[in-house]
Amino acid sequence: MITEEDVERISWLARIEIDSSKSKEYAEQLNSILDYFQQLEELDTSDIEPTYHVDDLVNVLRSDDIKPSFTQEEALENCENKKDGYFKVPGIM
Amino acid sequence: MPEWMSIRDTKHKIDNLSAEEVTSSYLDTIEKSSINAFTNINKKAIEDAKYYDKNQSDLPLAGVPISIKDNISTKGIPTTCSSRMLENYIPPFNAHVIEKLYEAGAIIIGKTNMDEFAMGGSTETCCGGTTFNPWDTSRVPGGSSGGSAAALAAGESPISLGSDTGGSVRSPASYCGVVAMKPTYGTISRYGLISYSNSLEQIGPMATCVEDIAHIMDVIAGYDNRDSTSIKRDINYSDAIINDSEGMKIGVPTELISDGINPKVEKIVWDAIHKMEDLGAIWKEVSLPTTKYALPAYYILAMSDASSNLARFDGTRYGLQVEGNNWHVMASKTRAQGFGDEVKRRILLGTYALSAGYHDKYYVKALKVRTLVKNDFDRAFNDVDVLMGPTMADIAFKVGEKIEDPLSIYMTDINNVPVNLAGIPSMSVPCGFADKMPVGLQIIGNTFDESSILRCAYTFEQNTNHHKKRPDGVN
Amino acid sequence: MSYSNTDGIMIGLEIHVQLNRLKTKMFCGCSTQYHSSPPNTHVCPVCLGLPGALPVINQKAVESAMKVGLALNCEIVEQTQFHRKNYYYPDLPKGYQVSQFDYPIVSNGKVAIEGEDGELVIRIRRAHMEEDPGKLIHMGSIDKSKGTLIDYNRSGMALLEIVTEPDIRSPKEARRFLDKLRNILEYLDVFDSDLEGAMRVDANISLQGGDRTEIKNISSHKGAERALLYEIMRQKNLLRRGEIVTMETRHFDEARGVTTSMRSKEEEHDYRYFPEPDLVPLRVKDRTEKLLQELPELPDAKKERLISQYSISDMHAKALVSNLKIANFYEEVASEVNPKVAATWIADVLKGELNYRDLTIDACKVEDIVQLVTMVMENKITDRSAVEVIRTLLDSGGNCMEIVEKKGLVKVEDNVVEQAVDDVLGENKNAINDYLNGKEQSLNFLVGQVMKKTRGRADPMIVRDIIANRIK
Repeated sequence: MITEEDVERISWLARIEIDSSKSKEYAEQLNSILDYFQQLEELDTSDIEPTYHVDDLVNVLRSDDIKPSFTQEEALENCENKKDGYFKVPGIM
Repeated sequence: MPEWMSIRDTKHKIDNLSAEEVTSSYLDTIEKSSINAFTNINKKAIEDAKYYDKNQSDLPLAGVPISIKDNISTKGIPTTCSSRMLENYIPPFNAHVIEKLYEAGAIIIGKTNMDEFAMGGSTETCCGGTTFNPWDTSRVPGGSSGGSAAALAAGESPISLGSDTGGSVRSPASYCGVVAMKPTYGTISRYGLISYSNSLEQIGPMATCVEDIAHIMDVIAGYDNRDSTSIKRDINYSDAIINDSEGMKIGVPTELISDGINPKVEKIVWDAIHKMEDLGAIWKEVSLPTTKYALPAYYILAMSDASSNLARFDGTRYGLQVEGNNWHVMASKTRAQGFGDEVKRRILLGTYALSAGYHDKYYVKALKVRTLVKNDFDRAFNDVDVLMGPTMADIAFKVGEKIEDPLSIYMTDINNVPVNLAGIPSMSVPCGFADKMPVGLQIIGNTFDESSILRCAYTFEQNTNHHKKRPDGVN
Repeated sequence: MSYSNTDGIMIGLEIHVQLNRLKTKMFCGCSTQYHSSPPNTHVCPVCLGLPGALPVINQKAVESAMKVGLALNCEIVEQTQFHRKNYYYPDLPKGYQVSQFDYPIVSNGKVAIEGEDGELVIRIRRAHMEEDPGKLIHMGSIDKSKGTLIDYNRSGMALLEIVTEPDIRSPKEARRFLDKLRNILEYLDVFDSDLEGAMRVDANISLQGGDRTEIKNISSHKGAERALLYEIMRQKNLLRRGEIVTMETRHFDEARGVTTSMRSKEEEHDYRYFPEPDLVPLRVKDRTEKLLQELPELPDAKKERLISQYSISDMHAKALVSNLKIANFYEEVASEVNPKVAATWIADVLKGELNYRDLTIDACKVEDIVQLVTMVMENKITDRSAVEVIRTLLDSGGNCMEIVEKKGLVKVEDNVVEQAVDDVLGENKNAINDYLNGKEQSLNFLVGQVMKKTRGRADPMIVRDIIANRIK
């Protein structure tokens, strides 16, 4: 079951800030749904292959031909923080 | 007064009046409306309509207004997924289906409300407020394409596009008494559809009559080399609009008429099946034993996909950006504030299901259950042409009734999700009323057999009167 | 003499090769020629990670990957698939990288290099395809950052990640492996190694069976050797002090030549790999035959052929094939003059002079070297003069004949030399006596005088012989 530590770890992996005071609440909510998922254990799937794709498509490829790119303006259109043609964000550290 | 119009009706009206007047009339209706079906109106709609009037043509959807679910990219028109995260996002490109609609002469009147990022069954998780069911505004329209269905039912749009990951066009169609189809996976290009669960979702046409579904399919379905999962098939869907189901074999899966079903709904659905029998079809009971496990498997897969598909929303290139003293903090705060609770829950669970130590137990297990679900359908379709059952186990519930208990909303899609897992097509058509609220009949077909579904649906529609009823205040 | 590897060094390398000779990126049609373009001008919905965008695989990228695999003696997989590698970083537009996980396109190969003690086979564990992230520019210093600027032009470029088994036993062998690998890739023409970001190396090293350290941020082959040398020293020091070497990732600081610890939370990586739902599997093993036929002659094969075809030495052949253009240049020259002599002049002299000046063989014309070798063989110029001609060609241009004329380098005829010797011996009786009395330097002095008289155009070796014989 998901513990409060799990909630902190997952929220970091998912980059969603969760106030530590809410970790317990989240854990409860998530666990009630996770409980519901447990019923899959009732099924014996030891001889079953997983289905990753529903159809038989293979080898969908395209030729190495150049297509038009965005202009710099189009690329940055939806970004509020930009500088000299770059996307601007805070530093990494 | 707002009215339901088919494509044919709309084209007649355009011929008698003009595209501009028709579009104008719809915009007027929308403005006066209180059901909150739309997130944004296309500012260029009138201009486009005027252009049509000047350059009249014989295109399949010439001058016909259409509303688009707000998770389908429309160049120059905000596309928000009803999320704070994309409140001001204006795509610099059109989805494939939008290009096709423009080529066919359609007028995009606006974007419809939805559950945030298509995660929901009631169109209540939207940042712009819930949408109300035109048949009873104290009830939900279903979800996640609730805005589209409500717009159709309220006469605010003749046709619409929604998307269906686990019932999201069928559930609102059922609750709002309109028609919708989720086609076979790969039939309609997903290029430009903002992804929730890319393994499972398809764009779905929605309309007030079966024939229009076929016409929309003829325009938007078909191969797109920008979508690697797109299938090459040349089908004319309108050819399946035939009023004849003589000899058609119908399977009724026991598991779809489940314990929790509203007895009134059950009766109405059985009436529909018997009606088909009267019309020359043969039915028999079949079994899809894995049905009850389909729901948890669906959610594990959808949430896993979602946790990855929504990772791109980090405040860097588009969308909301919240301040933070470094990039990781900025991204974490942006996502905390940009996403609603349901979206956050699903991302967290999806992350968990894929994570080291749980990957096999949840993700791979769910994929194995998917195989079992598909096998069930393959077996059933050996004997029958289509499967029938209720789309939803009950009529639309009250606004606010289930939102505090996410699991209870998940459960409402129990009849829909197996279809998405197997990638097969399915439609919902109106088949009656319980307590004055619409009930939907689900018709499921084998892979790429939309034609059988359309034929069955059209026959049923043309020989019943359910599709002739309207909500109060609508013609 | 066998290499004893007393420190128990085990080195494995992960090399990212950017397939920059493709016209377009891995999953979209944006042009790959971004290196001198303004930022964010080679992007589209796909490589910018816009919502709703979908990837489509570049066929030529797959074929390039297969060709590299075949050139490295790998097996081609029966069925392969792309996976999502999920992690967060500003240069990663989708929040995941489309890569390959458990069924890489090629695996189980080998490359022979010159080890510390003879030929050494380095096993290739696998090579897989993936996409490059964008580029970050940090504003301000690392600790007082004013922000980060991002250019996504590089985002989506096709990468081939090649992973070796830890068969490498020394920094020198690592360097040789990288040189050999680059050589092979150059022959395949899958990438231009001169472009920025074309080849990036991560190194893994452990001593005496201990935990391994990963070193990142190596951008040159020399850098790899230096980083590994430093790391070995660092680890040996720790072990000498009785401390344990912990498994960690370290950053190579090229400027200072040291590795530093990367103690950041990003290191807790759970990539949550799952197959990319937007891409279907590849079954391309049946293209192997066709691709094998399209493979060019690779360095090892070319070396053997040069040796047998032109009867040149192993050492010369090795030097010539280490650069494809030089090898081609050599064969053009060898088709017109004595191949063995051509090999000496190109491998021993020209190559060195080019390296010294940081020039490529493009700075040279085949005709010039042909003329040069011809003149040497016809005894028209001395070896020393020939070297001077080469240097002048590279420094100031012109052509061989011109330079020989202008600098008056034509070798003096024998009788002129004889005459000069006569003159010098006549004028330097004392030196002759000194030499006869055992002073060796006197001979040098006499030779020097003759060289002065002939203005350096005589062949000093021959002058020496003539004088020595005369005096005796």
